Amino acid sequence: MTLAEGIPGTEYEISSIEVNEKVGRRLEALGLIYGTKIEVLNRKRNGTLIFKARGTRLAIGKEISNGIFIKEGPAWEKK
Amino acid sequence: MGKEIINVAFAGNPNCGKTTLFNAYTGARLKVANWPGVTVEKKEGAFKFHEFQYKLVDLPGIYSLTCYSTEEILSRQYLLEDEVDVVVDVADASNLERNLYLTLQLIELGKPVVLALNMMDIVEERGMELDIHRLPEMLGVPVIPVSARKRTGLEVLMHAVAHHQGKHNNELLEHHHDMIAAQSVHRHNHHKEFAMVYSDDIEDKIDDLEERLLAAYPEVTNPRWHAIKMLEKDPEVMKNYSIQTDDIVDKSYEHEIINQKYDFIEEVIDEVLMNRTKKEENTEKIDQWMTHPVWGMPIFFGIMALVFLLTFVVGDWIAGGFEMVISAISGAIYNGMMGLRLSPFLISLVCDGIITGVGGILTFLPNIFMLFLALAFLEDSGYMSRVAYVMDGLMEKMGLSGRAFIPMLLGFGCTVPAIMSARTLEDTRDRLRTIMVTPFMSCSARLPIYVLFSKMFFGRYAMVAAFSMYVIGLFVAIAIALIYSRVVKRKEEKNCLLIELPEYKTPNARTIIIYVWEKIKDYLTKAGTTIFVGSVLLWVIMNFGPSGMVSDISASFAAGIGKFLVPVLAPAGLGLWQIGVALISGVAAKELVVSSCSVLFAMNINSDMGLEAFHHTLNTMGFGTLNAYALMVFCLLYVPCMATIATIHKETASWKWTIGMVIMQILVAWGIAVLIFQIGSMFMGG
Repeated sequence: MTLAEGIPGTEYEISSIEVNEKVGRRLEALGLIYGTKIEVLNRKRNGTLIFKARGTRLAIGKEISNGIFIKEGPAWEKK
Repeated sequence: MGKEIINVAFAGNPNCGKTTLFNAYTGARLKVANWPGVTVEKKEGAFKFHEFQYKLVDLPGIYSLTCYSTEEILSRQYLLEDEVDVVVDVADASNLERNLYLTLQLIELGKPVVLALNMMDIVEERGMELDIHRLPEMLGVPVIPVSARKRTGLEVLMHAVAHHQGKHNNELLEHHHDMIAAQSVHRHNHHKEFAMVYSDDIEDKIDDLEERLLAAYPEVTNPRWHAIKMLEKDPEVMKNYSIQTDDIVDKSYEHEIINQKYDFIEEVIDEVLMNRTKKEENTEKIDQWMTHPVWGMPIFFGIMALVFLLTFVVGDWIAGGFEMVISAISGAIYNGMMGLRLSPFLISLVCDGIITGVGGILTFLPNIFMLFLALAFLEDSGYMSRVAYVMDGLMEKMGLSGRAFIPMLLGFGCTVPAIMSARTLEDTRDRLRTIMVTPFMSCSARLPIYVLFSKMFFGRYAMVAAFSMYVIGLFVAIAIALIYSRVVKRKEEKNCLLIELPEYKTPNARTIIIYVWEKIKDYLTKAGTTIFVGSVLLWVIMNFGPSGMVSDISASFAAGIGKFLVPVLAPAGLGLWQIGVALISGVAAKELVVSSCSVLFAMNINSDMGLEAFHHTLNTMGFGTLNAYALMVFCLLYVPCMATIATIHKETASWKWTIGMVIMQILVAWGIAVLIFQIGSMFMGG
């Protein structure tokens, strides 16, 4: 699934990132790479969403959230 | 020790409170310029503490020291220079995990680093605790807790800077990794001097590269950093140091290096951060409302309505007292000059030209003060970046990213910094479009025009009339962006929103005061320079004609110029030569429209009685409510001012764009004013 389909309040792990290079570089600098844990906080219907990763809250547009592939985080991580 | 100058560079993530800390040292006495060759702001300040003279440079906010953005390249180059003695790495202690990533890179760069843990007060508020003794042991650099907001720890930080200059970053290092979890048991025994030690294979490659680099370039002072950058296949470093690396760097190790840095950070956080789970954040609670999928937008519009209510109601209330002071002063000057029996020529120049023009502008200072106060509040509280998220859907329909809304919002304050803030948009086209629509956001210089004319013509609906200008401006901006995105279809990928949402915090009084004071200073400077000169020039062209000094204003140069414009402006209901002259003068600065109206009609606008008389005069000239509204709309939409044109040219680096935009603005202003006047006349006539 992609991050755009993430459900608010759930933790995930990034499984791959397929965005253009420029955006990819910025995500990398923010520590968003394969394996990073990510928590979806808030989402609009179109896929624009707010999430938290590595202690930072970020808002991204649907073009990016559709390019970030995620899987559900380990069960013990869930609240 | 004698007198010494210590060069200190402030580095840190965006939103870490770096500027607040920087301001805490320098106050408003700072030099703001651009970094050479690029449009990124460079702030410098100096101050004395004990026997040392400090020179501070505020680097742009960055997340990383790669070379993929202008800000990163600038910071990197500056830090690699010899000039910097100590780097103060400002980190948001309440968000340490993210901030330490840059810290590790700064330490790797090799300059003496002092870590300033900012926002310690927030950490405490949330019930978290930081082990301030363990952290420096793990990083090998001094760690000083500070709070820029509460101004604590400031002296201690500079003390640490003075003591740490010229030292290496390894005196405090004390690793003791969990030997079972660590992949390598011996790596830190080999590299005890480094905070960040990579896995064995990467360390081996670093050693090989360092050796090769030093053989070819013995002058390199920090071979480890260069070696790491070569492993990341950093294009800048690869270009500057041409050594054979292909056999060692068989691929880019960038991902591994990032991952291992974050692994180490996790290790650090586990050891130094206590009560992490306890922090139940207010931010998330507030955001449930502020960024709500449905309520987010109504809340935003509510906040904006409140901002304008403050600007007009409270601003006008303060303005009442302000006007009395101004008219008392101008009265005193007039009486004084009469008493001294100065020539009528001089008295007329000072009283009719300068005082009427400049004084008229000063009357609006309270409104502008309130507007900037509100904007500063929104920015410092952390709400501004939420607006990007809230408005993203709407902005996307206009072919812009939500982030472009921030420059537009700032445009309500002043178009010049708003256009400059469009720099933060990475995509060039996104930036150009934002620059194109931002001038339609009604800036504070246009406010005096609305206040003056709506007060005269709209009575108790004055506020509604003035507020409608902002709405019209917004709609025109949206329409222009829409039309543009239909005409110029883009093939490549869409704009992407990517913005950090900082924690909400109580706005800091000092930060807000400095912000507002800077804007007020700009406004006062403008009143003292552009408006002063403009008022004098206007007075001259009004009092002189082809036949020399004239007593009848309609024989003056001004009337000549204005009359030339009458046929063009008549369809918009603006067919008075005085209005034509006022509009031309408004290109120098929008406030001049107000000044020149009062000068041209020889009216005193600083009192209610004066306004009454002005209203009456205009009415007898056939200039009614509808004409006033058309004038307000025209002023809203036509060329903002010289400074904006200059900024547009600077930011787009293209005369084609600049001239194109000026022509477009004039056409749009004329077209819409004509539309309003013609349709309005039909209704009013019928």
